[in-house]
Amino acid sequence: MATQNDNTSSEKTVLMDAQAMREALERMARAIIDANEDIESLVLLGILTRGRPLADRLADTIAEMAHFRPPVGSLATTLYRDDLRAGVGEAKLGGTTHFDFSVDNRTVVLVDDVLAAGRTIRAALDEVMDYGRPRRIQLACLVDRGGRELPIQPDYLGWTVATHPNDWVTVRLKEIDGEDAVLEERRARTTTEGGE
Amino acid sequence: MREAPSTVWTRKDLIGIEDLARDELELILDTAPQFVEISRRESGIKKVPLLQGRLVVNWFHEPSTRTRTSFELAAKRLSADTLAITSSSSSEVKGESLHDTLANIEAMHTDIIVIRHSCAGAPHILARRHRSHIVNAGDGRHEHPTQALLDAFTMRRHVRKLRNDPDAGLDGLRVSIIGDVANSRVARSNIWCLNKLGAEVTLCGPTTLMPVAVDRMGVRVTSRLQEALEGADVIYALRIQLERQQRGLFPSIREYIRLFRIDNDSLRHAPAHALIMHPGPINRDLELATEVADGPRSVILEQVSNGVAIRMAVMHLLANSPRAQAAASAPQTQARQGLGS
Repeated sequence: MATQNDNTSSEKTVLMDAQAMREALERMARAIIDANEDIESLVLLGILTRGRPLADRLADTIAEMAHFRPPVGSLATTLYRDDLRAGVGEAKLGGTTHFDFSVDNRTVVLVDDVLAAGRTIRAALDEVMDYGRPRRIQLACLVDRGGRELPIQPDYLGWTVATHPNDWVTVRLKEIDGEDAVLEERRARTTTEGGE
Repeated sequence: MREAPSTVWTRKDLIGIEDLARDELELILDTAPQFVEISRRESGIKKVPLLQGRLVVNWFHEPSTRTRTSFELAAKRLSADTLAITSSSSSEVKGESLHDTLANIEAMHTDIIVIRHSCAGAPHILARRHRSHIVNAGDGRHEHPTQALLDAFTMRRHVRKLRNDPDAGLDGLRVSIIGDVANSRVARSNIWCLNKLGAEVTLCGPTTLMPVAVDRMGVRVTSRLQEALEGADVIYALRIQLERQQRGLFPSIREYIRLFRIDNDSLRHAPAHALIMHPGPINRDLELATEVADGPRSVILEQVSNGVAIRMAVMHLLANSPRAQAAASAPQTQARQGLGS
């Protein structure tokens, strides 16, 4: 992984500010309500770390619009990652999966901040299935940065941005980072190295 | 939010606590909570696919129910295939034949071998020469590292609950280990583990059951139970190994009970919050009174539950850390040289 202060040039762009993020979450909440007539069967599972506060906010917004607040839980997905078994990823510590409701026959909405390869969502699907048999599973992501490696697409999306694999897309949230913003950091391409 | 520890797991094997650094111990303890959650799933599948398709062999040369079951369950909850090989030979097994047996087991393409042996050092010798990840499940009077880890994990969970601090460690925790310390690999691993994690350890028992050079272990020693119980946050009773009692290490069982048994009477000297722990199996009403073993302060069964999570964490770290895997795939030449001729 590249370090923050290496010598390659980079430029940061703000993709979403706090206002844009709030509007996106409102749009997503509305879309979730519209797509699910049986709203009381909804549960939201936020993928740790930043999917969890996003899931809480979506639940709050849904509650304002539909007078029902879906229960929210946390999904770690770390124990279902495919790179661990392949021996290429480090066994990093995430949080712990926790929710105190059954997913049987519920509509589970997975909530994550950034969708890229789709491997985290694959892991999340397997993990949820080990907890029970949901009626359906849907996916809500704040940002889709492209670069899919698996056939996975979001049902509810806040923002789309086409990125180069070297670029970083970072979601910052008040609950964790003290501010609401989505940043894109374009990093110098490897091909330009030494040519500056 | 807690910072992730800077360390990553790099070792091929888990042989003992003595050669682990504090951050390695903490990495194992920090890896375990997610596995506690899996065993608690009420509906659904109580396993994760982390060791899918790997082979874990439990190779026990000494009787064991708890530890063997715990390792087997841990492997199964990680989706590994498991195989148990019990060896009835209680006599000294010569190093060479041990190597041969292990070479034959390894020919079946094992990934992790959990070994218990009556000879101190047997896991270490095997680990140096063989490709599989070796986990020491107790070697002679030397070490029982996963027991010490599950004990520290249990203590830490309670300290965190008690102090209402999700990041609290064992620093300054006063732990009194009572009973047959000299014959106990559990005590030895626990002393190293607790010392490294910053706890203050007191040993208590008849002087004949204290290890030699105990004064160099960085612990307080007393032969008065009251002294050990006063101010203790954790009271850890060891099993009196009755099978060794014919050597006459203390005058009589009745006298041991009078002087060292943990019961409601002796517990008057301990703080109300003190936890009661025991590695099992208990000699009821010998080292530990039934009223205490089954009482509200006892976390003995929780130790057993946590043991599965700790062993899952250990096997996951050994088998899934890239650097540990690299050490396992190319050890032989180096290890053979290390053994000398």
